[in-house]
Amino acid sequence: MSNELSNQPDLNGAHNAASSQPDGATRLEHLVDEKAFAEFLKKNYPREAAVYQRAGMNRRSFLKLMGASLAMSGLGLTGCSAFAPNEEILPYARMPENLVPGKPLFFATSMPLGGYANGMLLETHEGRPTRVEGNPRHPASLGSISAVLQAAILDLYNPVRSIRVQNQGTPTTWDAFVAALDEALPSDGAGVRILTETITSPTLARQITAVQERLPQAQWHQYEPINRDAALAGANLAFGEPVSTVYRFDEAEVVVSLDADFLMDMPGSVRYARDFASGRRVRADNPTMNRLYVIEGGFSVTGAAADHRLPLRPAQIENFARALAAALGVSGVSAPSDTLWSGEWFDALVADLQASQGRSLVVPGDGQTPAVHALAHAINAALGAVGTTLNYLPPLEANPVIQSDDLATLVSDMAAGNVQVLIILNGNPVYNAPVDLDFAGALAQVPFSAHLSLYLNETSEVTTWHVPGTHFIEEWGDALAFDGTASLLQPPIGPLYETVHSGSQMLALLAGDDRTAYEMLQETWLSQLGEAGWRRALHDGTIADSAPAPITPSLQSLNLGAAPSADGLDVLFRVDPAIYDGRFNQISWLQELPDPLTKITWDNALMVSPATAERLGLVEEQLAEVSLGGNVLAIPVFVLAGMPDDTLATYLGYGGGLSADLDAGLAFNAYQLLPNGLTRFFSGASVENTGRGYNLAQSRVPNFDENLWEADDRRPVVSATLAAFQTDPDGIYKPKYEDPASILPDFLYEDNAWGMTIDLTSCIGCNACVIACQMENSIPTVGKDEVARGRDMSWIRVDPYEIPDGDETRRAFQPVPCMHCEKAPCEIVCPVQATVHDHEGLNLMIYNRCVGTRYCSANCPYNVRRFNYLKYVDEAPEMEEWRNPNVTVRVEGVMEKCTYCVQRIVAANIEASKDNRPIRDGEVTPACASACPTQAIIFGNINDPEAAVSKTKAEPHEYKLLAELNVKPRTSYLAKLYNPNEELYESGQDEE
Amino acid sequence: MATQSRRLPAAEPPESEEQHEPFVLGSVTEKISSTIFGRTPLWWWIGFGVSSLLLLIFAYTLLAIAVEGTGLWGINVPIVWGMGIVNLIFWIGIGHAGTFISAFLLLMRQHWRGTFSRFAEAMTLFALTTAGLFPLFHVGRPEMIYYILPYPNTMGLNPQWRSPLVWDFIAITTYGIVSLIFWYIDLLPDLAAMRDKARKPSTKRFYGLLSMGWRGDAGHWEGLHKTSYILAAIATPLVISVHSIVGLDFAISIAPGWHHTIFPPFFVGGAIFSGLAMVIIFATLLRSGFNMQRLIPLKHLDNAAKLMLVTGLIVVYGYIIETFGAWYTGEPHEWALVVNRALGPYAPTFWGMIIFNGVVIQALWFKRVRRNPTLLILISLSVLIGMWLERWVIVPVSLSYTYLPGTWEIFNVTIWDILTLISPFGLFFTAMFVFIRILPVLPIHETQAVAVEESRE
Repeated sequence: MSNELSNQPDLNGAHNAASSQPDGATRLEHLVDEKAFAEFLKKNYPREAAVYQRAGMNRRSFLKLMGASLAMSGLGLTGCSAFAPNEEILPYARMPENLVPGKPLFFATSMPLGGYANGMLLETHEGRPTRVEGNPRHPASLGSISAVLQAAILDLYNPVRSIRVQNQGTPTTWDAFVAALDEALPSDGAGVRILTETITSPTLARQITAVQERLPQAQWHQYEPINRDAALAGANLAFGEPVSTVYRFDEAEVVVSLDADFLMDMPGSVRYARDFASGRRVRADNPTMNRLYVIEGGFSVTGAAADHRLPLRPAQIENFARALAAALGVSGVSAPSDTLWSGEWFDALVADLQASQGRSLVVPGDGQTPAVHALAHAINAALGAVGTTLNYLPPLEANPVIQSDDLATLVSDMAAGNVQVLIILNGNPVYNAPVDLDFAGALAQVPFSAHLSLYLNETSEVTTWHVPGTHFIEEWGDALAFDGTASLLQPPIGPLYETVHSGSQMLALLAGDDRTAYEMLQETWLSQLGEAGWRRALHDGTIADSAPAPITPSLQSLNLGAAPSADGLDVLFRVDPAIYDGRFNQISWLQELPDPLTKITWDNALMVSPATAERLGLVEEQLAEVSLGGNVLAIPVFVLAGMPDDTLATYLGYGGGLSADLDAGLAFNAYQLLPNGLTRFFSGASVENTGRGYNLAQSRVPNFDENLWEADDRRPVVSATLAAFQTDPDGIYKPKYEDPASILPDFLYEDNAWGMTIDLTSCIGCNACVIACQMENSIPTVGKDEVARGRDMSWIRVDPYEIPDGDETRRAFQPVPCMHCEKAPCEIVCPVQATVHDHEGLNLMIYNRCVGTRYCSANCPYNVRRFNYLKYVDEAPEMEEWRNPNVTVRVEGVMEKCTYCVQRIVAANIEASKDNRPIRDGEVTPACASACPTQAIIFGNINDPEAAVSKTKAEPHEYKLLAELNVKPRTSYLAKLYNPNEELYESGQDEE
Repeated sequence: MATQSRRLPAAEPPESEEQHEPFVLGSVTEKISSTIFGRTPLWWWIGFGVSSLLLLIFAYTLLAIAVEGTGLWGINVPIVWGMGIVNLIFWIGIGHAGTFISAFLLLMRQHWRGTFSRFAEAMTLFALTTAGLFPLFHVGRPEMIYYILPYPNTMGLNPQWRSPLVWDFIAITTYGIVSLIFWYIDLLPDLAAMRDKARKPSTKRFYGLLSMGWRGDAGHWEGLHKTSYILAAIATPLVISVHSIVGLDFAISIAPGWHHTIFPPFFVGGAIFSGLAMVIIFATLLRSGFNMQRLIPLKHLDNAAKLMLVTGLIVVYGYIIETFGAWYTGEPHEWALVVNRALGPYAPTFWGMIIFNGVVIQALWFKRVRRNPTLLILISLSVLIGMWLERWVIVPVSLSYTYLPGTWEIFNVTIWDILTLISPFGLFFTAMFVFIRILPVLPIHETQAVAVEESRE
């Protein structure tokens, strides 16, 4: 975190944008006429001219947009005054009234995803948001942030955003829409339906109530594909009422996941990952860690983090839950007669859970059946988890509904002609509604339909009206976090285009209310909080202590019915770790973000186990036709060891927007198979190999060759069990050579010597560091073809490794940034001294000296250098806006690599030297380390023995990658430790 | 062997040809100058046409790479060096035989070298020119390549003297300049002879200017001989140093497959090996193209073939030591590379290298083969292919299997890689075709000396 954040913020440093609105715009317009202006712009400011033309604005609105003075000085879209909203907004950090050019401001806001708020700080440079950080005061973040949440900023600047109201595809105006809606709206609201995504926002909920008061017959529906139907139905089953569950992984010693990917795709995952990792931060003075069992139907990063993992086809997981419940003495549940899992494994798990009463936790997956959720509630009650490792809260959603049923109701009403006016707020139901509902067909029966969204998408093409929505960074609002804490959305920038507030404005229109979103928000909170509290809330981004108190719902006797039968093959629809449900498929960063386990970029694939692939004749990188319930999808196969047999796993979200590039073949839309239901897996599928080839672009193809691994005694990932660490911590890693000599002279570091340690036990492979680095260092994306050629540009990569260990194969993720070697091999081979060692031990890259011989990269044993083989920088004017102004843009033909975020080091150096003091520990945090949800990356001054990084470097299980090369890397690792159940482990270790 | 000898092509020489009537010195001059003043043979026009077409393609390829970026090639990370460097080493290697023959063999008093020295040195110059283009276009920003020079600048920056690329630059330019001077000095008497032979005044003036007033008096000849020996003494270590330093580019680095101390001598051996192959091909073609069977006797080809065999065996020894070293040191990364290049996706190129370089040349143990020009051409072609494959195996294949298995990549050959492989021959051969038509392909004075010496035997 930069020092602005660590300082005590000054609440009086309000940044009143309205007062600094320039009047240059009005004066300028007398000077030029429309045509001459266009020419002037084209000649002198070609990039701005592109915006001008594309946006189809008139000169006046353009000048308003660009800010007259800045347009004249050629700075483009950089004016804070140009875009600041009219209302008062509060910076997070201490700032004087006036903005200091070159100094970033941080504003707290929240991003609703799946309805739940995720706290974040937006770094703005001269009014322009450039990056996303975690919000240390937000319970869902605590300063960390996931890859998806960070990349959301790119949507703001995306040049293909929708910027115009359209009627049947013809551009028109908001006023025309308002008039048309007014005409179409029946006074009692009969036939009026509003379809939203999940809403937890108190303000939006109040607005919807207001709409229903004005139009009593109007109905509100909610649907998004990644919903929590099963959790809701499971709660109803177990308690007879909806409840929300909040887990406390930091309290748990034994965690069992029943197909739950709680580290990646549950509301609160960032926080959960942090809490989970805090239970496995093994140090010499604290040699303890929690234990994770994962029973899963796919292969998730949670499964990869497990100490014991049981791949089980999704339809069998309910049986497993029943058996577990029966074994733990849950009444009314009988164990299934035949089981697919080893009895020994199961018994060891049960014994472990029983031995850690009150410190154990069972987590059901959102894609599993309601019965699994109900059983998990019962098991947790039996284990004494309630109140210790989990809490129940009243439902957080404004109106908890089973969304699949809700949508089905809406669709049948639409198809029956009962819907006259349909307002769709966000979402893309034509694309992502279950295929058997035929949403698009029903939509054709609706005479007046309007779709508000960020992009022109499948839905906006078939609705009668399309309204461009604002990005969440451009709007005021609120939402609840996963634990019920109310969080505010505060825009550090006004709308870039003439867009409509994504929720509030449309609801206000329907309610006949002409107040703005800001006024609505104030109505909700100002009276509650008072002026000081309101300012504090804006500053913090969250409203302190607003989470509801835990409740203790009473468990009903379970009436589960028959377990689901597994026939044919199971298809598992998973949440994509990058593009979520497809809403981020316009974001190239996320499209190019490698899947944690398969490393596939830009594409969807069908993941199958090696045994199943062999049995069904499926071949990797060939198209397979999957049939489910009469729908067929051809999709390339990827054989993934560790998948359960008879299971076809795929991601939702591809084949829409950017990824719907039919020419490139990027159109493997799993929604074309998705039936309507509470679960995200379905049995009864069949699959056939078409024999047609299809290339998948994998970045840094992981080598899982077991033989090679066995033959190589110098493993990149050092791993050991917790027991081994406890008995002989020094025995875990023995360097091949003890302190080898070097003929190169040592450098002397008088003040600082920067270093980094990465704890492989904590790393879950979530890729948050990769996006953080990309955003901080303005790293371009290169596209599928270039990735396939091995030219991806990320400065930090996460190598997945498979570690054979007795019966189980364990997974480890190894983030590899630049090692900043003490005896760097790259430095001595560069003919022009473009890569040099600095006085603080950094290995620097001097871009304007680099001629591009690439010798440094050839000589880098870690392959962390990246070369601009072609012109990768996107020069679309909008795409220049997100770039970090403190980082050089690299031209074609130069080498680049991780710098330990030298710009942050320099900024901290300046601050420290102003105060005439050394840089404090923790004052400099590289982007990767500050984003990391599990705090696996520790950075600091290794000259300071008290620094956190020095302490980790003194740990017995610290090791250096390829230490035998004697390049003395500054980045080192803490060995990957596992905590296997002794009963299971010893049986698996017989042969060793 | 008997069956094989029966299959030898019988086109070449009736043994009687070697028992020719004694040379008249004038006839040597006549013969050699006939390549210039005689009628242009049809094969020359065809060869020149094809070569210049390839040259145009070469120019286009380089232009495209300079404009679009090195990304046109299939290189990536970690395979950062590809066709550009493979071709650089290949062409520098071709350029090695020339100076080796003219300088090293001169010092060794190997007079048969005289026959080959002129065109072999021309080959050196043209091959160096071709090779020199690759580092320029291989870098990401060719317009900034002058940073590699130690020129005075306001930033006070020098190149990085520890980098072998700087040594490379110095070694190659030195070698090129010395070779050019050596070649030109030796040309002087022959240029004067052409001046005297020429009929057209413009031609006379052309050769007259080039011959720099050579009159053939004893002082001139003495100066020529002294200078030749001095330059030979300078050039001989250069022959060794140039490719040693190219070898050091790799040996200095720590990449598996590159980090071998045997590389400098191994590279020199390989370079002379491939250079001799090119010389033999050229000599053999020249022999039949201009009917010079008597000026380039089989005995000289035989000698060159023997040298090729020796250098080939050095190369084979290098392969053995490389593999042995990987096994003996017990370095798993090195051994993984050895296994992967022999059994992995690049296996055909590795075994191709072994067969073309190591197996085929074993035929040169036999005199019958060494004295059969057709077979010599075939074997030399095999050596050229083998040596190209060797550079391929060293550069991109080694880089494919670096230390961390998670970063392994496979080289994707693009159309630009193929053009970069083929089209440089256009530059080289166009230059050679022009050379044989405007300059004496054999050194007249030395050929005369050799002819006299041999007719005395």
